[in-house]
Amino acid sequence: MMARTTMKIALVSALALSISACAKKKPEELPPPPATTAPAPAPEAPLPPPSTGPVPGSRADFLSQAGTDTIHFATDAYDVDAEDQEILTKQAAWLAKYPNVAVTVEGHCDERGTREYNLALGERRANAAKNFLVSAGVSASRISVISYGKERPVATGSDEGAWAQNRRAVTVVPN
Amino acid sequence: MRFRLALSLLSLALFAAPAAAQLEVDITGGIAQPMPIAIPGMPTPAVANTPAGDTAALGQRVADVVTNDLKNSGLFSPLPKSALQTVTHPQVTAPDYMFWTQSGAQALIQGFVQANGDGSLTVGCYLYDVLARTELTRQGFVVQPAQWRRAAHKCADLVYTRLTGEGPYFDSRVVYVSETGPKTNRIKRLAIMDQDGANHRFLTNGQTIVLTPRFAPNQQTITYMSYTNNRARVYVYDIGSGTQRLVVDQPNMTFAPRFSPDGRYIVFSMAIGGNTDIYRVSSSGGTPQRLTTSPGIDTGASYSPDGSKIVFESDRSGTQQLYVMNADGSNQNRISFGSGRYGSAAWSPRGDLIAFTRIGGGFNVGIMNIDGSGEKILTNGWQDEGPSWSPNGRVIMFFRTAQGSGKADLWSVDLTGVNERPVPTPLDGSDPAWGPLLP
Repeated sequence: MMARTTMKIALVSALALSISACAKKKPEELPPPPATTAPAPAPEAPLPPPSTGPVPGSRADFLSQAGTDTIHFATDAYDVDAEDQEILTKQAAWLAKYPNVAVTVEGHCDERGTREYNLALGERRANAAKNFLVSAGVSASRISVISYGKERPVATGSDEGAWAQNRRAVTVVPN
Repeated sequence: MRFRLALSLLSLALFAAPAAAQLEVDITGGIAQPMPIAIPGMPTPAVANTPAGDTAALGQRVADVVTNDLKNSGLFSPLPKSALQTVTHPQVTAPDYMFWTQSGAQALIQGFVQANGDGSLTVGCYLYDVLARTELTRQGFVVQPAQWRRAAHKCADLVYTRLTGEGPYFDSRVVYVSETGPKTNRIKRLAIMDQDGANHRFLTNGQTIVLTPRFAPNQQTITYMSYTNNRARVYVYDIGSGTQRLVVDQPNMTFAPRFSPDGRYIVFSMAIGGNTDIYRVSSSGGTPQRLTTSPGIDTGASYSPDGSKIVFESDRSGTQQLYVMNADGSNQNRISFGSGRYGSAAWSPRGDLIAFTRIGGGFNVGIMNIDGSGEKILTNGWQDEGPSWSPNGRVIMFFRTAQGSGKADLWSVDLTGVNERPVPTPLDGSDPAWGPLLP
């Protein structure tokens, strides 16, 4: 909620800025716009975020702060290695800053498993990521898991490079 | 109820059936020559219009469906149309043996299509041994005109059964997952069709992913897994009403469902906190009963036809392997010991064999005896998966995924592994489930 409100205010401010900018470029023969038409910024509104940075608490902010929403796994494995732990620790730190954000961890597999087995394996991977986030202090009630098995690859090839990208758990922050 | 139809068997006992002749087809021999068979268009005693076309045109279409069924079995070699002659209605019961002997056919199917006063059709079907000059069997099928293909499938089943000694399978349907779209975002819809691809129709609209549909024994409902509301759970779809019902309402993922042979239970898998086990629940809902307790992945359950046992896959040994247990979960024993991993097992409706996917270098569909002996690999595509049995347990449908593109298509193969054929579908296809013989 807080994030959405901030974003709206930021948009309104940006709009106000652009209107006044346009107004300055109007040809001289036109009367200047009444001063009251430009909406004044709400007195208690925070300043817009510096430059074009993502809105705090948003998915973009999560990606920017945590570095990535995705960890990867070895073939037929679901253990969270040191590299994954580093990523998940950053994700947990972000989630600690925004305690009202609930996330879904998606588990995915490469195409080299049977349909049903991959659904189960994807669930294992999603849970492995969830368990680490919980151990890093995120409340379990904020994390739901879903397995897509081999239904939603991100890399389309049938080679080791593509398979490695597709064996993953993705922490999805609502947009 | 929509699919229940009035199809009654009509006795055509004009003559006493002659003694059985020597003509027969051995379906177990791997090098069997397909039997040359003549299937001329079926005449009509009187041309009459029906909602499915006039009876003369229907006579040819019935013969075409019978021809296609028998050709696809791999056991018969239907003569080309150019080698056939027109059959008059009186000739149906008095074949021109002189002509058919010269045609090279060993067997001859003749018949007729007749419009009845009540709006129904009678399709007569006669099988002759050309060399012995004897009639082998005959039967009449009464159907509504819209169901004329079923009469043709029944005729093909009559011939197949009489000449092979095996059970019928042509008059049956398939439910499967129709696929389209890019590999990263496949659109998947439940679809249903006759086993030869005719009468195709979509059951779901593709807004959510659906997987692994399986018929109930009465074929009025289908159980499957759907991502409805962004949760992966098992549902039952009612064909008559077009509605779906959640089977077990709880927060965990449920998947890989199958009906018990008596339709009273649905066996399925549930994943809780990274551990997948097999459960069963009454088809009408209620509290699931847990059947496996191993800390690994137990899934892909399939009942034996008498309902007393279940084959499933488990990685409790470290790799995915096949196990058999009693239907109450007791006495779990591993049966697969070949090279590679094994999954998606399906128990034959005849009870004698278990089909599976073997994951070695690639994915292959194979069969083994129910104790795991006699393993035989039937296919060698890049990725062949998800076997489903024909009602007579002599043909297997599966899906083949292409390397790279990820496009999947339905195929069938017989138990010799020789007769492998694509199954026609309007789009791509996966997860086929062959239903029982229609009532």
